[in-house]
Amino acid sequence: MSEKHEVSSVPTTGHVWDDDLADLTNQPPKWWMLGLTASALFCVVYFLYYPSFPLSTVGGYFKGIGGWTAIKEMEADVGEVEAVRGKFEARLKGMTPAAILADSELTEYVTRSGKVLFGDNCAACHGQNGIGTHDRQGLFAPILNDDDWLYGGKIEDIHASIEGGRQGMMMAHKDILSAAEIDALANAVAKGQPNSTPLFAAKGCTACHGEDGKGIQAMGSANLTDKIWRFEVRNDKLNDAENMKKLVEGIKRTITYGVNSGNPQGRVAVMPSFKEAGKLSDAEIKKLAVYVYKFGGGQSDAPAAAKAPAAGAAK
Amino acid sequence: MEIERKEAGSVTGIYQELEHWNVNTGAKTIHAKRMPGFFRTIKNYTQALYLLFFLVPYLRWNGKQAILFDITNSQFHFFNLTVLPQDIWMLSLLLLLLAMVLFAVTSVASRVWCGYFCFQTAWTDWFTWIEDKIEGNPQARRKLDVAPWNVGKIWKKSIKHFIWMLISLLTGISFSTWFVDAYDYWNKLVHFQLPLVGWVTLATLFFGTYILAALLREQVCMWMCPYARIQGVMTDSQTILPAYDFRRGEPRGKLHRKAGEEGRAAQGDCIDCYQCVQVCPTGVDIRDGQQLGCITCGLCLDACDSIMDKVGKPHGLIRYTSLDELEGKPAKKMYRHPRTLVYIGIILIAFGGIVYGLTHLGSIALKVIPERQPLYVNLSDGSIQNKYDFKVLNKTDHDFHVTVTAEGGVKDQVIIGAEKPLLTHHGRSTSFTIFVRAPGENIKREVTPIVFRIQSVDDPLIAAEYKTKFNGPKR
Ligand code: SF4
Ligand code: SF4
Repeated sequence: MSEKHEVSSVPTTGHVWDDDLADLTNQPPKWWMLGLTASALFCVVYFLYYPSFPLSTVGGYFKGIGGWTAIKEMEADVGEVEAVRGKFEARLKGMTPAAILADSELTEYVTRSGKVLFGDNCAACHGQNGIGTHDRQGLFAPILNDDDWLYGGKIEDIHASIEGGRQGMMMAHKDILSAAEIDALANAVAKGQPNSTPLFAAKGCTACHGEDGKGIQAMGSANLTDKIWRFEVRNDKLNDAENMKKLVEGIKRTITYGVNSGNPQGRVAVMPSFKEAGKLSDAEIKKLAVYVYKFGGGQSDAPAAAKAPAAGAAK
Repeated sequence: MEIERKEAGSVTGIYQELEHWNVNTGAKTIHAKRMPGFFRTIKNYTQALYLLFFLVPYLRWNGKQAILFDITNSQFHFFNLTVLPQDIWMLSLLLLLLAMVLFAVTSVASRVWCGYFCFQTAWTDWFTWIEDKIEGNPQARRKLDVAPWNVGKIWKKSIKHFIWMLISLLTGISFSTWFVDAYDYWNKLVHFQLPLVGWVTLATLFFGTYILAALLREQVCMWMCPYARIQGVMTDSQTILPAYDFRRGEPRGKLHRKAGEEGRAAQGDCIDCYQCVQVCPTGVDIRDGQQLGCITCGLCLDACDSIMDKVGKPHGLIRYTSLDELEGKPAKKMYRHPRTLVYIGIILIAFGGIVYGLTHLGSIALKVIPERQPLYVNLSDGSIQNKYDFKVLNKTDHDFHVTVTAEGGVKDQVIIGAEKPLLTHHGRSTSFTIFVRAPGENIKREVTPIVFRIQSVDDPLIAAEYKTKFNGPKR
């Protein structure tokens, strides 16, 4: 079939169109042939090295001489990560949360790596980065990056809260107080001045919230004199007057139906014990405590002195 | 003229033209003759520049490798200078500059790069020199290629390939030592302790060099190199390149001793000795005109000049000249060659950018990332707190402490987290978390601009600023 092209004298495939248009069979360039051969060799090696074809007779497959499996590769990758984390994790184990916090390298490790742990265990209620979750019932779980703590904001307190869980309690007052009384109390609390109404002392609120209305940490009762409310949060879409109205409504609801009071309309505020739940290891609980502390609201052991001017300046 | 007349009206004429174009696909090895001469000498010197490639990595400076593209630590060391990834934009300017130099040179003097500087040319030249030393001159080599295998042939061929491989290996090693500490590399190499990527690099360079320079040679230039393909559009009729003076040379003919004066006068100066083809490393016959295979190495000029000496004719039958000049057109002035001027303009801009970059490297860089979730936090006393992630890049060679201050922002704001000067580690980025707390009633806008400034405690000249914002509630 091959014949010489009449003018160029290069062999052709024998196909000729339009009288003199022919398929020349020039040899491809040398580098191209080398490349082709190398690619073919590569395929063979690849085919033999990796699992490549099923062997139906034995119901299995050719495993490849390299012994590669996806699981092994994944395990190797995980091993790499573990190796980096291992040395930090080993140090963490024997340390108290306060000691971890004092070590800047470990703190850095925890703040960088804690995101997943927090996201998996805490964010459902406290929101990503501890910004809180808002739903129909107001704020569900406390915001973690402010400086207001019902049960204390020192590292040991935070650790204890995660480890043992917390459950506050406020009874429903709907049968004890009149609507007008609840309204007066709610307005006083919303202004941050619970003692501006004599009802606060007279109706026994001080028993839990303290005579000055600043709350009692051991009970987890809220400080009613500051600018942070447990179940309400400012809505940026509303103006100041609307926010105030919303806040008063929220407080009225808390007073009327209580917290964890069993009343179906009451507030629910339950922090489970993560130790009892058994899902987290001790080290993980410590890491979470440091992670939460580092949101910015954590209080140091030698407080006040350093931060007093800051707070003073703000007033 | 001849061809033009013949091809009028006939498609097959094109094939006829093709006929004497012998397409070099590498089926036959080209054994070029080596001849001394002016361009040969230049080429030897320019190619010797590649000694730097082999030797510079061993240069030390202040106990460190003087020039090192430190991949593992993402740093580039050049004597006292350290360039970190943040300043790598200068590299793109450098590449632009080099590319433009290549274009400019090509438009003025064609493939100077190919003929004198390209590593493909250089390595191939050395490899064929070795071949010449071991197997003899081109005739001897051609004979040896077709000779039956015997002890002598096997001996010669294996010596040759062994030396080729040795050079290839050295090439791979030298390449690697630009990226990791050279002495450390050798130490690991002789103990077979290189990391996998080290072995892969070495193997790639070894096989690459061996296959491209020893086996494929001019095939790389003919079929693989992109520059060879695009250089045709960078040259024009004013570009000088090695060209055969057809007016002077044609009609060519063998030198006949017996031919009388008239006979010689009717002939051109080309005596058809094929020396120019014999010496050409890419197997080109320059007398056919400018063509893809010609790397403008000037070796055929040397060959032709030596022949002209012998026959008593002036040099320059093949010479560096422009097509315009060959055809007797007047040479245009430089300013009428806008293309080159544009190239030079871009070169100057790129060069200026690099100089600016190198003189403004700075010793410290600051980047501040405000927290986005949440944008701000309400505190119990009614103040608003913002959280910032500081990334401080210390480009000096020692650790130092910095202070953090802020300008702008909100009245009576307090910076928390930088009460004491903070330590920055040299050669890498250090991060800190910084809070700014401001009284709620002083915040007049949702977004207030704030400028952070960090400053070394030892040297107030080492400082950096970053402009960002302080977020507050909607007003
Ligand atoms: S054609 Fe390409 S490989 Fe050949 S000498 Fe020129 S630049 Fe080098
Ligand atoms: S034709 Fe001449 S200049 Fe061109 S590659 Fe061959 S020897 Fe070199």
